[in-house]
Amino acid sequence: MLSIDLAGMPLRNPLLLASGFLGISQEVFNRLYNDGLGAIVSKSISVSPLEGYKGPTVVYLGEKGYLNAVGLANPGSDVFAQEIMNNQIPLVVSIVGSSQSDFQKLINKFDKLNILAYEVNLSCPHVEKMGMEVGDDPDLVTKIIKTIKTRTKKPVIIKVGIGKSDVLKLATIIQESGADAITAINTIRAMAINVETGMPILSNKVGGLSGIPLKPIGVRCVYEIFKKVNIPVIGCGGIFTWEDAIEYILAGATAIELGSVIGYKGLKVFNQIKLGITRYLQKKDYKNVKEIVGLAHKY
Amino acid sequence: MHTNIDKIRMVVIEEVIQETPSVKTFVFDDVLSSSAKPGQFLMIWIPRTEELPMSVMISNKKNHAAITIRKHGFGSTSLFEKKQNDLIGVRGPYGNYFSLNRHLQRPLLIGGGTGLVPLMRLATLFSKKQEKCTIIMGAQTQKEVLFKDLAEEILRKIRAKIIVTTEDGSYGIKGVVTDALKSILKKEKFDMIYTCGPELMMMKIYNLSVIHSIPIQASLERYMKCGIGICASCCINDQLVCKDGTVFNTNQLSEMSEFGKVSRDKAGRPWYY
Repeated sequence: MLSIDLAGMPLRNPLLLASGFLGISQEVFNRLYNDGLGAIVSKSISVSPLEGYKGPTVVYLGEKGYLNAVGLANPGSDVFAQEIMNNQIPLVVSIVGSSQSDFQKLINKFDKLNILAYEVNLSCPHVEKMGMEVGDDPDLVTKIIKTIKTRTKKPVIIKVGIGKSDVLKLATIIQESGADAITAINTIRAMAINVETGMPILSNKVGGLSGIPLKPIGVRCVYEIFKKVNIPVIGCGGIFTWEDAIEYILAGATAIELGSVIGYKGLKVFNQIKLGITRYLQKKDYKNVKEIVGLAHKY
Repeated sequence: MHTNIDKIRMVVIEEVIQETPSVKTFVFDDVLSSSAKPGQFLMIWIPRTEELPMSVMISNKKNHAAITIRKHGFGSTSLFEKKQNDLIGVRGPYGNYFSLNRHLQRPLLIGGGTGLVPLMRLATLFSKKQEKCTIIMGAQTQKEVLFKDLAEEILRKIRAKIIVTTEDGSYGIKGVVTDALKSILKKEKFDMIYTCGPELMMMKIYNLSVIHSIPIQASLERYMKCGIGICASCCINDQLVCKDGTVFNTNQLSEMSEFGKVSRDKAGRPWYY
């Protein structure tokens, strides 16, 4: 009932771990998969290791909203390739870089390993010369996708966010460049100031907003991108309950990614959301979750 | 009144206690922290500098708690230099905690340095239960002996034995805590070992506990960023120290191939002890 095909990848259910969460250890990946996810997306891996920013890197804003500026901390491609050498679960490697050559190196490093796909992070909103700064340059986006596609047969997913470029124009460019799917959306550039001290809380001052406040924006993006392109869309941003997941799917998401909710509800949330989706489908007399993808577009 | 422990609460450092030349305790008013269980930790925000996980220290003032800092790296040194009336942020308490079996007769608490912080909170609970209690506390030198007077004060009403070791022999028994543990295990029996401190020390204590068939609970430390189980910086095998820990028992420790062997650095790279 929950099994799907995501850009040629058969998944047991449409729930993916959003990149950035819990994504550095193979043993933790195995645990997350055993806890019910359909696939795991790693933290964004760069060619060289990054230590990230000093703390606080995560701030709870209340109302199930979070702000983070971790600074793409990751062990780098050599160490991470070693980590996932014996991977046996559906693992998507998130990759991040500044240039075509970075992505070329990353694909060379990972392509022989047992991984499902790549998710290209073109939308991290708080690291210079990486993520959103790349995503905001449509020519560079095209070049990067083409570079990756010529070097791998694995599906290539592009994660987009709300930056300076219009996300819908970007979605079209992404499809035309040959990518296999789009994840929408990344965190949105945001900030919090402590009123007692008058100081920005994040060490990087500016970070990315995640959690419930992001949801209506994410749903809108998925809805509009679904209308614009033919490749599958993965919904991401503020999914805390099965209703949130269904909302994204009705908007056009083939699969969804979960992140901030883990800080709020822990790892048991995956099975809770799956159960809710299953009950909804049964109640509405659907045989598979695929049948409701994009249904809101009827109206 | 804050109801969500994840939101940063600003607190004023009301009192600074110089414990040893390199260790200070800061006391502050915070109801949530004051009710923390032994082994739980706070994320301490040093504005515009760092955020650090710190075990919750006891305070004898009502609705107050404390943190005990050893001057060490960049973050802890800047925290160490804070003064009375300075503001710091706290969130938490987080994590699980030492569990107290009702039938416990002969607990042994063993730790070194600031690892003694959760053990002091635990000792407070034992002192209320009128049980027998043994503490082994280690330091490098006499000057760095931490919480000895406090432990005596906490446990004055029950049958308690407090053993201090110093590496240079300037106070108490010469050697490290595991030396004292080995010799006491030859003479006495215990029904639970509680430990906190450097991981290699805890590893040795764990090995001794297995040899002597004594159950153990160890509060582990790892590099932490989020404190709420979303970043995995603190993972040990498939466990998240901030959420599944900080306290792990004999069975859990026996399954952790990384215990006493591997940690991870800021970038998430494995780091071997």
